[in-house]
Amino acid sequence: MTSTQSPDASGAKLPWLRISVIVAVACALPFFLSNYHVFQASMVLSTAIALVGLNILTGYSGQISLGHGAFLAIGAYTTAILMDKFDVPYWATIPVAGLVCLIAGFLFGLPALKLEGHYLALATFALAVALPQLLKFRYLEPWTGGVQGIVIMKPDPPMASFLGLTLNSDRWLYFVALLVTAIMYLVAWNLLRGRIGRALIAIRDQPTAAALMGIDTSLYKSLAFGVSALFTGVAGSLSAILVAFVAPDSFTVFLSITLMVGMVVGGLTSLPGALYGATFVQFVPNLADQISKAAPWAIYGALLIILMVVLPTGISGGLNLLWSKVARKSGASI
Amino acid sequence: METFIHQVVAGIATGGVYASLALALVMIYQSTHHINFAQGEIAMFATYLAWTLINAGVPYWVAFFGTILLAFALGVLIQRIIIRPVEKAPVLNVVVVFIGLLVILNSLAGWIFTYTIKSFPSPFPKEPPFGLSFISSHELGSIGVTLVLLVMLYSFFRFTPLGLAMRAAAQNPDSSRLVGIRVGWMLALGWGLAAVLGSIAGMMIAPIVFLEPNMMSGVLLYAFAAALVGGIDSPGGAVLGGFLVGILENLLGAYVIGTELKLSVALVLIVTVLTIRPAGLFGKVIVTRV
Amino acid sequence: MASLLEVDGLYAGYGPTEVIHDLSLRIEEGTITTLLGANGAGKTTTLRALCKMIRTRGSIRFEGEAIDQLATEDIVRRGVAHVPDGRGTFGSLTTEENLRLGGYTRRDRRAAAADQERMYDYFPRLRERRQQQAGTMSGGEQQMLAIARALMLRPRLLLMDEPSFGLAPLIVREIFSIMKTINENDRVTILLVEQNAAMALKLASQAYLIETGRLVLAGEAAAFSNDEAVRRSYLGY
Repeated sequence: MTSTQSPDASGAKLPWLRISVIVAVACALPFFLSNYHVFQASMVLSTAIALVGLNILTGYSGQISLGHGAFLAIGAYTTAILMDKFDVPYWATIPVAGLVCLIAGFLFGLPALKLEGHYLALATFALAVALPQLLKFRYLEPWTGGVQGIVIMKPDPPMASFLGLTLNSDRWLYFVALLVTAIMYLVAWNLLRGRIGRALIAIRDQPTAAALMGIDTSLYKSLAFGVSALFTGVAGSLSAILVAFVAPDSFTVFLSITLMVGMVVGGLTSLPGALYGATFVQFVPNLADQISKAAPWAIYGALLIILMVVLPTGISGGLNLLWSKVARKSGASI
Repeated sequence: METFIHQVVAGIATGGVYASLALALVMIYQSTHHINFAQGEIAMFATYLAWTLINAGVPYWVAFFGTILLAFALGVLIQRIIIRPVEKAPVLNVVVVFIGLLVILNSLAGWIFTYTIKSFPSPFPKEPPFGLSFISSHELGSIGVTLVLLVMLYSFFRFTPLGLAMRAAAQNPDSSRLVGIRVGWMLALGWGLAAVLGSIAGMMIAPIVFLEPNMMSGVLLYAFAAALVGGIDSPGGAVLGGFLVGILENLLGAYVIGTELKLSVALVLIVTVLTIRPAGLFGKVIVTRV
Repeated sequence: MASLLEVDGLYAGYGPTEVIHDLSLRIEEGTITTLLGANGAGKTTTLRALCKMIRTRGSIRFEGEAIDQLATEDIVRRGVAHVPDGRGTFGSLTTEENLRLGGYTRRDRRAAAADQERMYDYFPRLRERRQQQAGTMSGGEQQMLAIARALMLRPRLLLMDEPSFGLAPLIVREIFSIMKTINENDRVTILLVEQNAAMALKLASQAYLIETGRLVLAGEAAAFSNDEAVRRSYLGY
């Protein structure tokens, strides 16, 4: 499924024109939307970062994780604890959360080295199921706030207005999220288009051959875990700031499954795909919720199955297919 | 001392439930080399079907056997319609489909039956049997049902032609086709039987953990641990693993860590077995040829 | 009169690669035919194609009916038994269970049980090892088990893939003599793929020669053996 689709940005240059347009639109967006919609847009950005992280691990390095919600939790709780107990400013907690998760991910990646396919999925699944209980653990309560979690202050914008446009908390945080997302995307793009990206793909598709070619598969796989965790941790940290609240029951196995849905729908090994997927998992519950509390999940489940059979490469893969068909029809040379 | 015996006995009772579910997992793993992440949800859904029958006034044991038939049909249908299209797909695709199945069943249960916790009746009397103090009637009955089930299943596989054919199809599908066995239907049958095992496990544990869409997630985790401890491709190992894990859970819970970290215990067990001895106690160690 | 097996314009292969090109065969009922060729010529692939274990194009007719769109298990149920290369025994099941599986599709249980006894008569060594795990038996015994299991189907056509492979000459002679017996006594038509051309040509009445997936020679087995040029260039002796 993924071995025939090459990463979008391998060896290519950044399409600067397209990106400038997107960035311009993105910057203008919050001034046309209600506060709640701005908040939702920020959440989409944060989720997109997490999906890029998951993509690095599963799409590129072929290690299946059903428990990435754990890194969201670590990132979120790191931020919450630093802000709540140590009065660290919100923006400083983001890199710290990333670093903590980088180490945690690398450490988790070490025993994971021995586990292939199903078994890794099983181990991470177990982690996801056990996580909420772990977060509620009595002895960790002084730090984690137990069942009630931690409430943090929503940061105020540093200035009330900018170039005549009013800035409130939501709009300010949106720009913070936008900046973080841009930075993380750049990092990911740079990482994946070069030697590292190719090494990961080689390890994913033909591990024995890769090892014989001199690629240190263990090191790369653990690194992939660490980097993936870093991205997800940053996303978790960001989401904690946006939501202003962390609690154990936010991090159930269904959160990890949501990430997986986002990745599958958006398309594996696709950086733009992360945005499509993030938008999908942010807005589908909103729309489907009106039918029933269970409806979004029924849709997720059905989509997971149908996509695997019909369109394993997700939205981005589907768009690529469409694009190449259009290009062929209009007689454009490929 | 009495509490200790009671903990062990209660452990055997829940162990029976874990053993049944672990056996279902092993059955599917042996024939397809896939881990059925949705096994718990299938069991949960079947238990809701039982609840619906009982609520409609059907006597317990009639509902019990009716549910078994329904669960069997459900298992067969799931294999034929959802699993078969991705049989030869890459691992990731298969895992995604299993998770999709988990999610659909969970949300369907929530949709149809709501998320309100319901009580589920036990067919066994409330008074302890023979006036014994260390075991409840439900625990004794549950152990009994589990044992009958395991014996019947063992006899089926060991002594009947169909059981032999299913064993053959799981071991060596190519050779099975060469003796005329319809391997595809054997797989479907396997899924049907696994669903039956799950439904019985669900009906035995529901009186204790109460009926709600997420009731089987912890049980499933323990079943995974049990299957891994026993050996993911060893049915006997899975059964033994189930009882061991049940007893371990209860003793640890009563004497060491309390009930708070039960799921983490399962997690630690799973990760430990996977990293130290993936073949479990009785499984085969597989050497991959390049 | 139609042949028992008619193959016309058969192409077959693995994945996108085709290994067999435009193969045509006629197998008459009651005969022993041998398919010869060097390593990698496509002999095993041909047998697999006949049982639809791989992708095929072209026509295969058995007893007058087309079987090229059927699944392997349905072809087997029509009376075609295949003893694959590598024996294909169920290693962790006992000899007895292997034989019972051979008779799985038989409707007459008593006849199947009687046939099991007949197999033990053909292969006394298997009777000694009834309860032994098939995977622990020697190569020769497993080959006998594989043949016995195939015979339990009461097949009309028996496809045999390199039965002599890896076996001591004495055992090979035993197996070949049993093949002659079942062909004569039970009227089982045999298509024999073999590397050991000399022994195969002594047993068979018809022969085909395959080279890189194409048929290059067909005719009476005696003609093959007697033609020195054929023997030297193709059969190596």
